[in-house]
Amino acid sequence: MNGTLCWMESTLVAEEVVRRVLGVAMGAGGEFAEVFVEDRTTSSAVLDQRRIEELSSGRDRGAGIRVVVGETTGFAHTADLSEAGLVEAARAAAAVAREGGTARREVALGKLDSHRSSAQLMPRDVEKARKIDLLRIADDVARSEGGSISQVQVGIGDSLRRFTVANSDGDYASDEQVRTRFNVSCVALGDGGMQTGYRPLAATRGFEILTDEDVARAARDAARQAITKLEARPAPSGDLPVVLAGGSGGILFHEACGHGLEADAILKQASVYAGKLGQQVASPLVTLVDDGTVIGEWGHLAIDDEGRLGSRNVLIENGILTDYMWDYLRARKEGRRSSGNGRRQSYQHLPMVRMTNTYLLEGDSDADEIIAQTPRGVYVAQLGGGQVNTATGDFVFGMSSAFMIEDGKITYPLRDCNLIGNGPDVLQRVDAVARDFSMTPGTCGKDGQSVPVGTGQATMRLTSVTIGGAA
Amino acid sequence: MSDLIKVAERILDSANGDEQIEVYLSSGTDTEVRAYQGEVEQLSSASSSGVGIRILRDGVGGARVGVAWAGSLNDEAIEDALNEARDNVTFATEDEFLAFARPDGVAPAQLDLVDRSLGSTPIEEKIAMAIELERMVRTGDPRIRQVDSANYSDFIAEAVIFSTNGIRANFARSGAYVSVEAIASDGRDDQTGWGLSAARAPHELDLAEAARDAITRSTRMLGAVKPPSMKATAVFDPRSAAMLFSIIGGALSGEAVVRGRSFFADRIGEMVASDQLTLVDDPTNPRHFAASSFDGEGLACRRNVMIEDGRLDAFVYDTVSARRAGTTSTGSAIRGGIAGSPSAGCRALQAAPGSQSQAEILAAVGEGIYVESMMGVHSGVNPISGDFSVGITGLMIRDGQLAEPVREVTVASTLQRMLLDITHMGSDVEWLPGSSAGQTLAIGAVAVSGT
Repeated sequence: MNGTLCWMESTLVAEEVVRRVLGVAMGAGGEFAEVFVEDRTTSSAVLDQRRIEELSSGRDRGAGIRVVVGETTGFAHTADLSEAGLVEAARAAAAVAREGGTARREVALGKLDSHRSSAQLMPRDVEKARKIDLLRIADDVARSEGGSISQVQVGIGDSLRRFTVANSDGDYASDEQVRTRFNVSCVALGDGGMQTGYRPLAATRGFEILTDEDVARAARDAARQAITKLEARPAPSGDLPVVLAGGSGGILFHEACGHGLEADAILKQASVYAGKLGQQVASPLVTLVDDGTVIGEWGHLAIDDEGRLGSRNVLIENGILTDYMWDYLRARKEGRRSSGNGRRQSYQHLPMVRMTNTYLLEGDSDADEIIAQTPRGVYVAQLGGGQVNTATGDFVFGMSSAFMIEDGKITYPLRDCNLIGNGPDVLQRVDAVARDFSMTPGTCGKDGQSVPVGTGQATMRLTSVTIGGAA
Repeated sequence: MSDLIKVAERILDSANGDEQIEVYLSSGTDTEVRAYQGEVEQLSSASSSGVGIRILRDGVGGARVGVAWAGSLNDEAIEDALNEARDNVTFATEDEFLAFARPDGVAPAQLDLVDRSLGSTPIEEKIAMAIELERMVRTGDPRIRQVDSANYSDFIAEAVIFSTNGIRANFARSGAYVSVEAIASDGRDDQTGWGLSAARAPHELDLAEAARDAITRSTRMLGAVKPPSMKATAVFDPRSAAMLFSIIGGALSGEAVVRGRSFFADRIGEMVASDQLTLVDDPTNPRHFAASSFDGEGLACRRNVMIEDGRLDAFVYDTVSARRAGTTSTGSAIRGGIAGSPSAGCRALQAAPGSQSQAEILAAVGEGIYVESMMGVHSGVNPISGDFSVGITGLMIRDGQLAEPVREVTVASTLQRMLLDITHMGSDVEWLPGSSAGQTLAIGAVAVSGT
């Protein structure tokens, strides 16, 4: 296949077909219509118990069409990308329009805003044998860390997602997103039972991120985490100061605060942050940014799934709430610009307001000094998942690697447990932020849809958080 | 269904002499309605179908498998998937225990899990249910200040699993749900609560119950405070108890056991729980929402008793984990759709009901904490080590009755300890969507973290 043909294919469906389908979608009296066409190929492999268990390849192709009439959105999707299939889906989506009928309206599209992935080594150009080698390297390195390592599971995966989105406002855009991930899970067995360690590597890039060295380091870290935790003691219960290691705690702000700043929750008055623009909602040390433009990070996107350019949005500046995150449709209704936060899991899902890379800007403290100045507290080296109730601000998140701080020194490891708190509360309790910023990849779930996101922060301290331990 | 069978047979016919093929085809339609402020906010309807193919080849040191899937049943997609799966086989490691399921003579339960009235219910009626549900919650209590979302959804799905080893399974199910999330306010404080009703068809849904649940759960949490840290008896409501049973079910997977990832490994025959607990996985019980005639490898589902009167009796297995453990499949392969490979797991859990109502259990417990919802279960429970720590909202139990609401509190223990500390099992079984039914459950001596 030559380059020209590839390029032409990058819109997946011919422009005149897209225009005609939009015309049908608008024909029944719709005020806005959108066609989203997606083609995603994925591949993954798993090593477990020293065996390459299975390689899996998948392909999903289809289109999602939505039609908006007043406050109502009609949506339909199809795996049939022929014009007939798309027209049928357009009619189904347009059924919400009261006028009914099968009229067709002329829709004009602007020039295609086309984006390409910046991946240097496309996953499809990497031999499967090379992927297997990486799994084996990780397995060998993890097991070489100690005899207590009883289980090693390694996963590798990549996806190439191409999409084209066009709407009745004339916006017409396409993108190609390449994501590569690698993860190592270890189980260590000791006298006190089993403990686990985990390390992910993930980027919106190609296979260039997976060098032998990177993979070995992830494996070593996962194994050491599990081994260290064999000495873990039950976590304390009650309120204590918490120091979050650089890169470990971004999810706190994603959960405690980010979800509450999404315009869908705001417009429904279902967020504790509704009506608080311009108010001091956090410690002056907090400047929170959501930024789809950080090339290579897990939440990076050139355009969002509504065709709007990804952008860097300051949400909280020195503790003052400055803005919310917006998708196109809600922004359109409010007469403002989308912030590039309209995302969807796949063509089978409606877009909604989602975060991209959400991070806290670094401060000017020294990470070691923050620990030294904490007489008794908990040091969190890695967080697991979290969850928030946006209406109340209450959140929890799991500590998958944590230690006690005693007399300003990190002492013994703690068994897994949850932290619990309230978003608006905890934002006020940030009393030190260091300079060692780093980011972590994650998956964000909302209303049953999962999207890749990045979170980040530098080492920081919260004056008090409730530790849900058993001691 | 006959279409899927034809496609499946065509795929099996393409098998080369030295390979086994298993094909999983699915197809379905679903509808979703979201109401907001008396109007339809979103209306979505779609059909989808897909194919998952696994190809297995035997070698000197065992078998190897390759997998591919596609979200479409067109010829090109199927051809590509077959080719990819064949290519993928060559990279796997030979494994003496790897095999596809073979018919084992167990007859599938005859279950009718499709209510045809779902397909003939006009969309207008479905829309009306979502709008009515929202209205019931909005007007049901003056303290309800917002209904975040009121949803109706349904599906009809069918699937076939065929293999060159003689597996011929086909099955279908339907489901309809309403769910609603309410936000209550007393002017100072906001609290949320959600309610749901699930059935096989729209006419069986109980809107009033879903609305009442959302209203009660949100309003009775108003004014919630953070309690002091303490050791206490926790009484889990049926929804929370169902979540606990599902977590326990995960550790009873034979796959977790043979991979050394279950704290139940090597404990068959031991008393691992209070004698109040008998835990059964029974997909053949049609009352269970997750009921199914066939498992994820096309073998008949069956009733498996894992814990009886507190004693660990058995694990559940799929074909491969069973071979590794030197036993046979218990018909317990579960599978996450066309893209997933089978693994062993519980599908339709139920704890044998006790004799007491929730009120009787609260009276018997006297003092403690009532758990109405749990947060952070995926991050705070480690099914390998058994460490358990979740955020909860609920109410204090004082003098045997529900008292003031509490929030921002965690409950912690280990799963091992909690099973042994079960003190009361309710008679109030709720058949919930998901992999477990639930009933009121009291567990002594958990650590409650508050102030």
